[in-house]
Amino acid sequence: MEAAPKRPKLDTVPPGDPRDRGGKIQPMLIVSGLKKHFPIRGGLLNRKVGSVRAVDDVSFVVLKGETLGIVGESGCGKSTLARLLMHLIPRDAGELIFDGDGVAEERGISLRELRRNMQMVFQDSYSSLNPRLPVEDSIAYGPKVHGKSRKEAKEIARDLLAKVGLRPELFGSRYPHELSGGQKQRVNVARALALSPRMLILDEAVSALDKSVEAQVLNLLRYLKRHFNLTYVFISHDLNVVQYISDRVLVMYLGEVVEIGPVEEIYERPKHPYTRALLASRLSMDPDERVEDPPLTGDPPNPINPPSGCRFRTRCPFAEDVCAASAPALGDWVDRTTHLAACHMENAASGHSLAGRPEGAGAQMRLAATA
Amino acid sequence: MTDVTVGSNLGSNLLVDDAPALKVRGYWATVANRLRYDYVTLFFAAVIVLIVLAAMCAPLLAPFDPLKTSMVYRLKPVGFRNFLLGTDELGRDMLSRLIYGGRMSLLMGLVPVVTATILGGMLGVIAGFLGGRTNMLIMRTVDIFYAFPSVLLAVAISGTMGGGMANGLIALTLVFIPPLCRIAETATTQVRNLDFVEAARASGAPTWSIVVHHVLGNVLAPVFIYASSLISVAILLAAGLSFLGLGVEPPTPDWGLMLSTLRQAIYVQPYVCALPGVAIFITSLSFNLVSDGLRQAMDVRI
Repeated sequence: MEAAPKRPKLDTVPPGDPRDRGGKIQPMLIVSGLKKHFPIRGGLLNRKVGSVRAVDDVSFVVLKGETLGIVGESGCGKSTLARLLMHLIPRDAGELIFDGDGVAEERGISLRELRRNMQMVFQDSYSSLNPRLPVEDSIAYGPKVHGKSRKEAKEIARDLLAKVGLRPELFGSRYPHELSGGQKQRVNVARALALSPRMLILDEAVSALDKSVEAQVLNLLRYLKRHFNLTYVFISHDLNVVQYISDRVLVMYLGEVVEIGPVEEIYERPKHPYTRALLASRLSMDPDERVEDPPLTGDPPNPINPPSGCRFRTRCPFAEDVCAASAPALGDWVDRTTHLAACHMENAASGHSLAGRPEGAGAQMRLAATA
Repeated sequence: MTDVTVGSNLGSNLLVDDAPALKVRGYWATVANRLRYDYVTLFFAAVIVLIVLAAMCAPLLAPFDPLKTSMVYRLKPVGFRNFLLGTDELGRDMLSRLIYGGRMSLLMGLVPVVTATILGGMLGVIAGFLGGRTNMLIMRTVDIFYAFPSVLLAVAISGTMGGGMANGLIALTLVFIPPLCRIAETATTQVRNLDFVEAARASGAPTWSIVVHHVLGNVLAPVFIYASSLISVAILLAAGLSFLGLGVEPPTPDWGLMLSTLRQAIYVQPYVCALPGVAIFITSLSFNLVSDGLRQAMDVRI
């Protein structure tokens, strides 16, 4: 998985789907200004004494038929973001538009309808299946809730088990504890597909698996995506996996989007110092290219009280006064080739000493500075 | 099966290698299989079955009328003439009274526990699943009941409401609701935060459906086991209430009441006087050991 094989880029309009409501070019999901602050209560009267800014003003677009990878350190808000997208926790602010329709608002689509169209695969394959239900019944539960008869639901479940590579007659009536981690994750994927959704959110879906099983499940996911014409939001901390499966990548740091762009751009020409540090922290297979100095030191700052201005400045080697004074903006997203980074060095007018160099030369200089 | 690989060059990767067709057993079948080799539990389960059968078939089994008194045959020893287990202070046949008394003891043991399991379990699941203020309201109320020792609480409640069987049943039910509520709440809270409940919500299922299909199945085992261990406690408490004159009214045969009325004769006929106690002991021991066996078979920690 070191060098991802070259794949045709998704730069054509994706094939239409009869389930489209908003047309082929209408993005599958538009997220704007999404916010979730968890209150911290304390003191005698259990009053709110602060808040954890888990997701802070996050905006992005998921296009039809693409895989958007979301990467970031632990605790940067990736999983909270996934749960917000699924409406499993209420959001504090922001707007979600699914295929042209607002969610749970007048003239939009209902939450129930959204959940039929958008499903999630959970990370922990142990707790994500009911230990008291045969896996077949776990998969059939969703269709039953949506009005399918017991027999139809069971048929769907058995069909999907076969699709994810598990013989239904052999595995259908088993309980989760009788399956291996990889098999359980296949069942999880099957359950998410049971409502024939348009979009899957995969929250660290392969992170708990060992490498060989991980590769199998990743291939399965790519096959299913083609087979069912799906759109993926793939959340992971594993940069290699994200590179392998994604069309575009979004980098999160402390609840904010710091960089977004096509996967080749992000991995070959990262703009944000945080993305560069993340990429530099990957292990190399070549013993001569060992990482001697940690590219990033220390923990991410406390999201209860994030640094002023740019949130990465406390760990950034290029931090200047301007970084503390004002928060860099991400800029305007145009289309799937847009590559944006929320960094003052990218903005010629920001006043940062390294800003405004011609594209390429500036990047080279900065790379030299890190070496 | 072959359709899996159609249209995919990943076919060889897709199918998980054929695992041996192992025999698949459900949860309850596993429990039953474990119990099959647990001879202690099986033996005491048989004892319980015998006691229940004896109580149900009391009119057929009892050699005498349990209420028929006789001044001549008062306090006769074990094995006196036709009285296999002797007679009590009013000349009534002990064996008949013990068989009939089992009815009352089992009733007092089972009814409050079953009622409290349903009520307390429901409260606990509601508190656990909804969380927040509802949880706090229910659980703090339950905590208030916890502040009293269970015997004292039972005595206080049936003392306030007056004696009699019905009041005794109500008192015992009220005593058992708090602990069962607590067990159900703990189990529900643990399950509620697991991903499969989240996944069920993500599939758009209504709350009641999630509770019925995904929560109850996981809460049932610990609640059931704890409830089974309460049966012996209920029998003992009921006997205690009757002993204090707060449970069953005098002529009715009841083990606790018999123990109480016979206690003055302890120096005259010690063995006969001890018999109701032995009956209580065997019954509650059997229920306890069976409950213990079930707990092991179901692999539940409380």
